[in-house]
Amino acid sequence: MDIEKKASEIKDNLSLEIKKVKNMNDLSDLKAKYLGKKGVITLLTSDMASLSIEMKKEVGRISNELKKEAISVISSIEQEIKEKELNEKLNSEKIDITLPSTKINVGSSNILEGLIEEIEELFISMGYDVVEGPEVEKDLYNFELLNLPKGHPARDAQDTFYTFEDSLLLRSQTSPVQIRTMLSNKEKTSLRVICPGKTYRRDDDDATHSHQFTQIEGLLVDKNVSLADLKGTFDIVAKKLFGSERETRFRPSFYPFTEPSVELDISCFNCGGKGCNICKGTGWITVGGAGIVHHNVLDNCGYDSNVWSGFAFGFGAERLAMLKYGITDIRTFYTNDLRIKEAFDRKEAE
Amino acid sequence: MAISMNWVRDYVNLEGVDLKELALKVTNAGVNVEKIISHNLNNLVVGKILKCSMHPDSDHLHVCIVDIKDEKRQIVCGASNVKENIKVIVSLPGAILPGGIEIKPSIIRGVESNGMICALSELGLEEETPENRAKGIFVLPDDAEVGSDAIKYLGLDDTIYELDLNPNRNSDCTNHIGFAYEVASVLGKKVTLPNIDYKTIKDSVKNHFSIEIKTSNCTMYNAKMVKNVVIKESPSFIKNRLIAAGMRPINNVVDISNYVMLEFGQPLHFFDKDKLGDKILVRMAGDNETITTLDKKERILTSDDIVITDGKIPVCIAGVMGGENTEIDGSTKNILIESAIFNPYNVRYTSLRLDLRSEASLRYERGLNYEYCNLAIERACYLLQKYANGEVLSDTIIYDNIDKKKKIATVSKDEVNRVLGLSMTNDDIKKSLDNLGFDYKCVKDKYTVEIPNRRLDVEAHKQDLIEEIGRLYGYDKIISKLPVIESTTGKYIGNVKYRKLVSKRLRSLGLNECRTYTLVSDEENNLFKYDRKNSIDLLRPMSSDKKVIRQTIIPSLLKVYEYNKARKVNDILLYEIANVYYDMDKEDTKVAVLMNGNYLNNNWQQIKVKVDFYLIKGILENLLNYLGFKNRYQFVEKIVDGIHPGISCVITIDKEEIGYMGKVHPNLVKDDVYVFEISMNKLINKKIKPIKFKELSKYPSVEKDLAFIVNDNVNSLEIIDTIKKSAGHILSNIDVFDLYKGENVPSGKKSIAYNLTFTDYNKTLNDDEVMKVFDKIIIDVEKKHSAVLRDK
Repeated sequence: MDIEKKASEIKDNLSLEIKKVKNMNDLSDLKAKYLGKKGVITLLTSDMASLSIEMKKEVGRISNELKKEAISVISSIEQEIKEKELNEKLNSEKIDITLPSTKINVGSSNILEGLIEEIEELFISMGYDVVEGPEVEKDLYNFELLNLPKGHPARDAQDTFYTFEDSLLLRSQTSPVQIRTMLSNKEKTSLRVICPGKTYRRDDDDATHSHQFTQIEGLLVDKNVSLADLKGTFDIVAKKLFGSERETRFRPSFYPFTEPSVELDISCFNCGGKGCNICKGTGWITVGGAGIVHHNVLDNCGYDSNVWSGFAFGFGAERLAMLKYGITDIRTFYTNDLRIKEAFDRKEAE
Repeated sequence: MAISMNWVRDYVNLEGVDLKELALKVTNAGVNVEKIISHNLNNLVVGKILKCSMHPDSDHLHVCIVDIKDEKRQIVCGASNVKENIKVIVSLPGAILPGGIEIKPSIIRGVESNGMICALSELGLEEETPENRAKGIFVLPDDAEVGSDAIKYLGLDDTIYELDLNPNRNSDCTNHIGFAYEVASVLGKKVTLPNIDYKTIKDSVKNHFSIEIKTSNCTMYNAKMVKNVVIKESPSFIKNRLIAAGMRPINNVVDISNYVMLEFGQPLHFFDKDKLGDKILVRMAGDNETITTLDKKERILTSDDIVITDGKIPVCIAGVMGGENTEIDGSTKNILIESAIFNPYNVRYTSLRLDLRSEASLRYERGLNYEYCNLAIERACYLLQKYANGEVLSDTIIYDNIDKKKKIATVSKDEVNRVLGLSMTNDDIKKSLDNLGFDYKCVKDKYTVEIPNRRLDVEAHKQDLIEEIGRLYGYDKIISKLPVIESTTGKYIGNVKYRKLVSKRLRSLGLNECRTYTLVSDEENNLFKYDRKNSIDLLRPMSSDKKVIRQTIIPSLLKVYEYNKARKVNDILLYEIANVYYDMDKEDTKVAVLMNGNYLNNNWQQIKVKVDFYLIKGILENLLNYLGFKNRYQFVEKIVDGIHPGISCVITIDKEEIGYMGKVHPNLVKDDVYVFEISMNKLINKKIKPIKFKELSKYPSVEKDLAFIVNDNVNSLEIIDTIKKSAGHILSNIDVFDLYKGENVPSGKKSIAYNLTFTDYNKTLNDDEVMKVFDKIIIDVEKKHSAVLRDK
């Protein structure tokens, strides 16, 4: 048969068959059929022995052209099919991204610990050391050296948990840590410490009372320390915890271990000082107590009160946290309800 | 403490002073006015009932015609004591009574009523009790002027300050004169003391009486006698003021003793002289001596109680309560007044022991001013003469053993300014001292100040003076600054830092920090008895669930677990680090972990990593590795109280036990709850090697697997130890990758499979070398553990 006619026939068949190709399997079958060892195009040149040289050349040329054309057609189809198949695969892999995530458990800190740490970091940055002391404490440190002599109403057995050993009690304040710090500083140099810790008093537990609570106390001992130094220090704490627009105020108060003693008030963060429920209409909220260290306390701890002076302050961690986060029941800190942890598992804007 | 401002007006001129502003000033000077109460009742007038007839349509209502000066009103009244010709309190339409009830003209069962005739309880002037309601409407004395303001007439137009006092001011601001001094200080005014000008009769008290003091716990005892008193109702100003200050009026004599106490702060005791006899002996009581007190209860006394006796038997427990045997009653004629000072500690001890704390005993406890002790008895005589028709005998029997040393302190202007951080001038300081009413001399910026006896709280020390000067001058004038101090770095001292490290690691491992109570019940403290020492019990616990200082945190975490479980929290991963105490004052810090539920969880994908022993073991290993104890700890099987006996171990570091771990015994919790508790102090005390980097091998590793069938009771760790020993230094890692019991493994045996990694740091390992070690391992394990290599 005429080689040209044959070639044109093959070409027609190929263009017909290629339209039926659906996938890579079909394509490789088609490839084999036309371009394989026994493919129709290959076979065109299989029995050329009997042909004249000219004819051989002619057949060779035609079949080569045909081969090139077939390869080009098939590879373009191949590309199409590959793309199509990838798209199908990707489509089949589509997921519902709205389904719930795998929960990664990250532990949370107790609300109080979180707040205490914030305050600790603030004071460390001002050169204060963080010190702790024992919760089972000597009467001597919890009361006597703090200018609370025997018979003082505040050390009434109704307020303090005594153990069977009458010189030992569950500390009713963190102030004994200040005493321990001053006593143990044999060189009697200036001091800056804060002492956070658990404290205990004989209170029945209810929404606003807890027999166990947490104090954060601070002490600075140096020469010529004044109430103005205390106020500047308190300003920093107040603004850090309750916002930079807070104003502070001292109100005269009484503590046996400081003189003068003051209450530490901040302008109400809720109403800004106009008066509301939270500040009971006064525009101010009391957040702690402080004062100039009493001369008896300094002398008791080996610091000559004619030379040294200092200030001390104390906050109730629970009270601060209740105010800051709007918690109304002090027992919240001790029930450890895991359902509330998410609310606190985040960084607060500075 | 409630202070009647009408009463304070007797001593300080408050004309034109806004009482709200004054309260704020006083508060800012350190005496907290917590609440201001004023009786703001309008449209209440005095009316006279001209006519009173029965209501035509009721068996208890009356129809009254009431004269209120400008007009005559018809008012329907339901009280049983309503009658003609009495003066009453009428609230007119427009009045708003306590509770928000507005009075309006109305028709009551067809009869017009234009107002209301009031009972005191309806006006909130008396407590709302059945007895008070039964009293009916309040009948005013005849001198009340018709049409005038009834509240004013009653002296109820008072303003009451509720004080929330700091304990140091309990000795002076709990009486009206003391508070008047504070008001005067704030306003820069003077105090006028009340009238004590009375006439005495010729007879002297000394003719009737003698006293003897046989204890040093009584430092002052004054006695005066008043004859022929008439016991009756007190005048209304006394009644009103007592009510305002929170005391119940009883009769003129009793009321006068309370009135003087609220005035000067000095409690008085009145004896019926005729019952008492002619002698008073003050002494300490004998143990088991008895007295029947005014409340008709027999009290057993101790040798720490001070008693007033008639020479033989007790007639009064000093400072606490009088005896029934000398009580004032309706027929009392002659009174002996006692004004005394006793040792505050004894009064405190006695009143606490007998549970008899009263307004009087509290005042004795806080200490008394001897000057007022002298004035109060005079004031009582004055009032008894005026309001009880008493005849006061001349002279006072006095026992006086008071140390009258003056309290004098010095302070300089510089000292004041240095402590307060202010720049007060001498004028400022003088003004403060003047206002306080302190006498002083000022020479060259140096003040010598005499502190008056009425201020028991102010000691003779410059710091006390500085506080007084400063609080009056005003702390609002202080300008903030920061302390100028040598700059040093702040840091965590002692165990605090280590605790934070542990805490942060446990949080990063997904555990939630808890804070539970240190005080627990005996039952809780007796759970998980591991390494237990003597517990510290409270002397007087408040309740049985807070009785002992805990030695373990695990029971508290179990309670947190139960709390959350009950609230449908499924995955409960907890830790707490807290101090425990034992043997009097020994302290340890425990790290406790409790885990239950899933560690990782995605329900719809059915992904679950359930907490089991090996998971909590992983948590602990991770923590210990982090703290630098890698390859130094071991888990040793051991039965621990409260822990499942088959899933229980102790943890050792360098052979020292540091704590225990396991599954909570099913007797305690049904669910699968895993716990560990270790001693942090034991960890801190151990030395830790510094971090050193070890170069990784440059040569490839060879991995080999092998599995043995061994008896069930052979521990994996034992086999690993054998493998390690056998392999020597080229074994770089070993891991268990399969544990199997069942088909193809004989019962009582298990198959355990290991993945071994061999590495040489100096060269590439060849097969022969590895196979030689591998074969040796097999032989050693088979021999030592009666093991059989699986699938050889």
